[in-house]
Amino acid sequence: MFEATELNAQHARTEKLYRILFGLMAVLLILPVITILTVLVVRGGPAISFEFLFSEPINGMTEGGIFPALVGTIWLVSVALVASVPIGVAAAIYLSEYAPKNWLTRAINLAIINLAGVPSIVHALFGVGAFVLFFNFGTSILAASLTLAIMTLPVVIVATRESLQAVPQAFREACWSMGATRWQTIRHVVLPNSVSGILTGVILEVSRTAGETAPIMFTGATLFLPFLPETVFDQTMALSLHLFTVSTQVPNVPEEVQYGTALVLIGLVLSMNAVSIGVRTYLRGKKKW
Amino acid sequence: MVGTPAAADVKLDVKNLAIHYGDTCALRDTSFQIRKNEIFGIIGPANSGKTSFLRAINRMDMFDDNMRIDGEILLDGTEVRNWRNVYALRRRVGVVFPLPVGLPLSIYDNVALSPRLAGTRKKADLDVIVERCLTRAALWDEVKDRLNSLGSLLSGGQQQRLTIARALSQQPDLLLLDEFSIAVDPVTTMRIEDVLKELREEMTIILVTNLVQQARRLADRTAFFLTGECVEVAETEDLFTGAVSDQRTSDYVEGRFG
Repeated sequence: MFEATELNAQHARTEKLYRILFGLMAVLLILPVITILTVLVVRGGPAISFEFLFSEPINGMTEGGIFPALVGTIWLVSVALVASVPIGVAAAIYLSEYAPKNWLTRAINLAIINLAGVPSIVHALFGVGAFVLFFNFGTSILAASLTLAIMTLPVVIVATRESLQAVPQAFREACWSMGATRWQTIRHVVLPNSVSGILTGVILEVSRTAGETAPIMFTGATLFLPFLPETVFDQTMALSLHLFTVSTQVPNVPEEVQYGTALVLIGLVLSMNAVSIGVRTYLRGKKKW
Repeated sequence: MVGTPAAADVKLDVKNLAIHYGDTCALRDTSFQIRKNEIFGIIGPANSGKTSFLRAINRMDMFDDNMRIDGEILLDGTEVRNWRNVYALRRRVGVVFPLPVGLPLSIYDNVALSPRLAGTRKKADLDVIVERCLTRAALWDEVKDRLNSLGSLLSGGQQQRLTIARALSQQPDLLLLDEFSIAVDPVTTMRIEDVLKELREEMTIILVTNLVQQARRLADRTAFFLTGECVEVAETEDLFTGAVSDQRTSDYVEGRFG
């Protein structure tokens, strides 16, 4: 009565086939990651030393370290965060919690999607026009960071809005029916339960900001600057641009320096991601409902 | 027929109330009065306009662009849409939802939230309110040793009593219960029903339920809603003894449909 029919056997074979097919595609994903990391560690690893990280490039960038670029990237990312996180989180709160369903809201949503789709080189040209020239910040950390901020705003907004939307509507209604205002509801119930998602979005933004080259090339980053920036109105070196420079613009740079720079950049981004995953796991570990 | 009570005894006066969502009519041309300190039952099958009626009382239509209310709802003689402070109105109206909503806060904070929002800051005052409300909701003994654990992780029945404690912390004079026993076991349901009978001394209770027998156990008077129409309002016992004017009411009460 329960023995397998020919049809059952056929279903089982198809099941196996699809499982293998999808599994292969998933495994395929980690191949490039492993390859990139292996190549970088093997060829760039030997370059990493205290001196490489904490000294200036010398002899036309063919020797010495990457310290000004490392510091510059940290400057650029920090200023970009200070500019974009408050704006992005506030905008997401408005869109998720306050915005009525009307043409203005639809227009804002459309703008966010379009902003996310604009190529980074176009952002760079916008940054030159708006921040370098119109606001007269000159080529500076400020202009470059603001350009990066605008480029990554959609990341922050979308991540924040999604984590706000993940808080069940029933919680809001319960809070409203107690006589809470919208802001009290957001402050006491919605925000505390979406912090982990917002943090994830912010750290995702950090890794994107650190890696971008085009938007900072014309707005604030320079190929070579033998001293550290002191204010946001100074120019600076940056890891991503430095990598571009030593790989393509300067002849006879030892391969070790090129791969070493790439390794430091990707190490910075990956460690940010690791922090992000850690924070998220910690916050989600405390199950709330 | 039910006699018209004196104006001073009327808690909620509903006049020609109609509720629409877009073009869909949820409740049409409904008029009745709810007296002070009575348990007023509302029975009827799904999509009868019961929940919409409750949402209209505490102005939840403000959060739903689609919801339109015509006619009048007078709470203690004042039309709810004319209350200058809608937040004060909502604090006077406690709400218990069909599915228990323990907010993802500690048990203590769940009950203390409303007093805090209303401006109570002193820990000692809050302690008193929390203990009193949890005791009244028949939950204190079960949770008094773990007031700092999350309210949203309690069992369904406990969460529903927590929701009632939270509603009581607003010191409401009108309590709206929307099918509160839908996710609660029978024993807890009976405990909550006992609580409600006591609360009647202090406040007016509107009990929406799809358990006809629950209305019979608790309600002084009961309204029967059917597909957006208030078919009739009668003394609860009359509904069950067949002394009703509309055939549909006795059909529903006796289980011939719905």
